[in-house]
Amino acid sequence: MATKTTTTTAPAPAPPRAPGQPHELARVRVPARSARSELRAIRVVWKRELIRFSRDRLRILTSLIQPFLFLFVLGTGISTLAKAGTHGVNFKTFIYPGVLCLAVMFTAMFSAASIVWDREFGFLREMMVAPVRRSSIVLGKCLGGATVASFQGLIVIAISPLVGIPYNLGLILELIGLSLLLAFSITAFGVMFAARVKQMQSFMALMQMAIMPMYFVSGALFSVAALPTWLAVLNRLDPLTYAVEPMRRAIFSDLNVNPAARHALDPGVTWFGWHVPTALEAAVIALLGLVMLMIAIAEFSRAE
Amino acid sequence: MSEPAIESTSPAAVSVKGLVKRYDEVEAVRGISFEVPAGETFGFLGPNGAGKSTTIGMLCTLVRPTGGSALVAGHDVVSERDEVRRHIGLVFQDTTLDGYLTAEENLRLHAELYGVPREAVRERMRQVLEMIGLWERRGSLVNTFSGGMKRRLEIARGLLHSPRVLFLDEPTVGLDPQTRRSIWSYIRELKTREEITIFLTTHYMDEAEFCERIAIMDQGSIIVLDSPEALKASVGKDRVQIHTDDDEAAIAALHARFGIEATVVEGAVMFGVPEGEQFVPRLFAELGQPIRSVNVSRPSLDDVFMSYTGTTIRDAESSNSDQMRNVARMMSR
Repeated sequence: MATKTTTTTAPAPAPPRAPGQPHELARVRVPARSARSELRAIRVVWKRELIRFSRDRLRILTSLIQPFLFLFVLGTGISTLAKAGTHGVNFKTFIYPGVLCLAVMFTAMFSAASIVWDREFGFLREMMVAPVRRSSIVLGKCLGGATVASFQGLIVIAISPLVGIPYNLGLILELIGLSLLLAFSITAFGVMFAARVKQMQSFMALMQMAIMPMYFVSGALFSVAALPTWLAVLNRLDPLTYAVEPMRRAIFSDLNVNPAARHALDPGVTWFGWHVPTALEAAVIALLGLVMLMIAIAEFSRAE
Repeated sequence: MSEPAIESTSPAAVSVKGLVKRYDEVEAVRGISFEVPAGETFGFLGPNGAGKSTTIGMLCTLVRPTGGSALVAGHDVVSERDEVRRHIGLVFQDTTLDGYLTAEENLRLHAELYGVPREAVRERMRQVLEMIGLWERRGSLVNTFSGGMKRRLEIARGLLHSPRVLFLDEPTVGLDPQTRRSIWSYIRELKTREEITIFLTTHYMDEAEFCERIAIMDQGSIIVLDSPEALKASVGKDRVQIHTDDDEAAIAALHARFGIEATVVEGAVMFGVPEGEQFVPRLFAELGQPIRSVNVSRPSLDDVFMSYTGTTIRDAESSNSDQMRNVARMMSR
């Protein structure tokens, strides 16, 4: 067996102990729990998400296919049909915020799903038995999912000139900010379910069931200007609405879209006739994310 | 049964009083008590389903006891859960490594979760990886490792934060005999290098021999607790196996001439007598049945288990209801 008795040549970072006994392993002293150790735990769980994402080239690649399909196949196809109603706005530009949200949502959902895998392959146990708060683990996981999903969003943002949205730092920052919020909330949403759902198939089915209706109702693919009441109500209740709309608003004001088109395509979200400002929309997403994070933490703290 | 014994000066690493775990109707652990002094290698021996894993789960704070109390490294497993966790290392039956990370990344993650001081991480990591012979492979993804390498890496990881007690739940289950041997040589070497208490469960008799003391567990209770030598001596009989042409007649003759109860085990007539070697000449002279071969052996832990529970460990296992679970576990490997 390869047991080289290390005659510590390099300047040993650990204080050398018992010079007469090269055999003895230097004991490390683990300090008592503190805010610092919780931060280390959050950071390392976050970092693991990043490492795993960066290793998974296939996942990065496949998650790009979907936005391209939506933008260039569906977008091109429908734009011939929708030309009359878009008031001169490129249909691809119109659905672009929805496509950005979809890419972010799917990546965030897969990040949350990895908890189910972790449980299946045993690794979840390693995290659950560590002498740190469960909340640190869950928070690290959600931040990791948010980071990874925003990175995916960034790739979609990078192709925005192809759909008629030139680069603009202010706009890009706003889109990134909203992507981050959305990604965090969706990861928390997924983690909340992952605490309960132990099987991958059930988890994926559940996520599809939640995400697709949310996506269709949000107005990602159509204008919410003249919807029938039932759909308008659902639209206001859909959390995703509050991510898609501010993104579209930001893009339209950046492109100086004419007022008639704005009125028809992006009337804005109203609560009983009152226009909800962007900051409040972002706050809605953030608040929902926090509530779901709290529920996820409670669920995991109770487990085992 | 649980004398503080041996090193009464050093505090017990594990101290258990009346520990009970009940799952609905089933009492998995029925009020067990024992102490493990610091520095000892202590083993739980028993068939699958005897309650070993449940007990270890309670000591590791993963399973909440229904009754009784347990102190590990001086801390209560219920009220001081995090203190206990900080001072123990865990190696489970099933792997808990992240296969998509490298060996080094797995260890670093562990070091961060357990708050190992940053400046000590690299040196400590090197020590544990060299000890188990995986330092050269530290950059490889764990998914590329064999079962034995993964188990070794888990042991290294369990040691990374210098625990006071290392729990090994069936450390060699599912491994081939050669790998089992090498795992054991690492565990024994570990004893010479670190001041550590090792607490393990096994259902392999030969592995229990490596422990300083063992507790034989069956159906949720500790049947007996002592050193392997003392346990074997307590059986007081050597095992004699003979091959004959007519086993029935031989058994009848053994009963008639010597008053010995013998049974057929794996194709041979088997019985226990004190001083086996001295009995063999009498056997040949007085049995009156042709004997083709004879084999005398000192009592093994199998015999110990047999003499205390009246069944072999293998039979005890096959009668257990969790057989299916074990099959499932093996299939999922």
